Amino acid sequence: MDGRSEMARAAAEAAARQSYGKLVAYLAARMRDVAGAEDALADAFAAALERWPLSGVPEKPEAWLLAVARRRDVDAVRRRLTGEAARGHLQLIAEEAEARMTNDELPDERLRLMFACAHPAIEASVRAPLILQTVLGLDAAAIASAFLVSPTTMGQRLVRAKNRIREAGIPFRVPERTELGERLDAVLEAIYATFAEGWSDPAGTETRRRNLASEGIWLGRLVASLIPDEPETLGLLALMLFAEARRAARRSPDGDFVPLAEQDTTLWDDTLIDEAEGLLRRAAAKGVIGRYQLEAAVQSAHTARRRGGSTDWPAIRQLYDALMAIAGSPVVAINRAVAIAEVEGAAEGLAALERIGDDRRLAEYQPYWAARAGLSARLGKTADAAEAYDRAIGLERDPALRRFLQAERGKLVRN
Amino acid sequence: MRYMLLIYNDEAAMANAPRDKAEQTLAAYGAYTEALKKSGAYLAGERLRPTQAATSIRLANGKTNVLDGPYADTKEQLAGFYMIEATDIDTAMEWAARCPAASTGTVEVRPIWEMTDYLS
Repeated sequence: MDGRSEMARAAAEAAARQSYGKLVAYLAARMRDVAGAEDALADAFAAALERWPLSGVPEKPEAWLLAVARRRDVDAVRRRLTGEAARGHLQLIAEEAEARMTNDELPDERLRLMFACAHPAIEASVRAPLILQTVLGLDAAAIASAFLVSPTTMGQRLVRAKNRIREAGIPFRVPERTELGERLDAVLEAIYATFAEGWSDPAGTETRRRNLASEGIWLGRLVASLIPDEPETLGLLALMLFAEARRAARRSPDGDFVPLAEQDTTLWDDTLIDEAEGLLRRAAAKGVIGRYQLEAAVQSAHTARRRGGSTDWPAIRQLYDALMAIAGSPVVAINRAVAIAEVEGAAEGLAALERIGDDRRLAEYQPYWAARAGLSARLGKTADAAEAYDRAIGLERDPALRRFLQAERGKLVRN
Repeated sequence: MRYMLLIYNDEAAMANAPRDKAEQTLAAYGAYTEALKKSGAYLAGERLRPTQAATSIRLANGKTNVLDGPYADTKEQLAGFYMIEATDIDTAMEWAARCPAASTGTVEVRPIWEMTDYLS
């Protein structure tokens, strides 16, 4: 396929996905039934993906999808559904299609759909996949491979979750301000999980996972634009953009892992970093700090290096102190220990690591052992370092990172 | 939508509670029921006698087996229920959280399978 048709395909897919999500949200909110809304649109979406790359994206993509859903697939929908329910759905679709022909804009209710998918009555691990499927129209197989579960399992989980939305009466609404906090956390967490799944494939060799990073950013942009008053929506978007900006620098041309401190800053995407900085400033102006803003601020401190500055480790250490206080986790504790090592010395850093060493979850967590190994090596504790490197190497899935750890361990033996 | 709020409690603990504690609990349920009625959400609600009064029936090979006791031996036992009308699970969950049993045991929220649902 040549470049132009590839672009046409990508543009059509993006437009179809955007319209699809809006239509699913719109119909689901009215039918209180995600599966029903998806059924009604499935064939129209498939037709769009087939047709739009050739014919171009129609002027009113939503109207096109609704019209096709009605014209071509009324029978299919009728076959899939039975009795009263089908009649209700079909009537709704027909009404909406007609309304759409005359009105300019469908109301954007994707946010309501996202809140339904991230409802506390939905199992936490299925929330992100559910949002990906309903808002972006990804199929279960793609989502399954991204989240490293079998397609059958993922398919079953998604079906169960959708049934649950209908049967339990989960509402499609953006929660009131008073209850927004916890609910918004779940939505942001699902978006971040989406991004993180894509981020963990830095080389971009697994196309499906790589796309997840952009889907996460896309969802982040959507939420930040729809709830701009909540600083954490801006913080999350900033965090993802900072990370994405460094993608090209994370691996050498040979595919080797490049640690953050050694990354070539000219490979960082300045436009993304500037946008992230702007978002972070807007968030800070609201005066309510949160986990994502703090993590984004850490990223910001790391990128200070790009304008000839040096990494601001004292600031990073303070940010991790704050993160420990509001969202402490083993991961935060490890990063904090690394920052302490940079500010106060390797011995203090190692001591901080040892203080959290009792946490059983760390026994199988690669970054903990890699950090221990690095700090032990700096202190000349070669035997400890070698042992920790072995643990880290044994736990690492990514071959590039494994090669890096093996090389570091190699330097140790030579000394 | 109609929802059942199923109340599960450790009935031994309830039976052994000192008198003033038991009276407090009763008063709390009274106030809660009153609040449900005032809001218009209340459809029905009853307290069940403890499982020592339960009789379980099962038909096997055409024979009726009668068991003295509950269907399942569990740490917490079904102790009562409310049936309420709520627009969605959020409202039902709010009522469940306000139920006195939420702090002593567990309140399970179950949507009623309405006749009209059979069609879909």
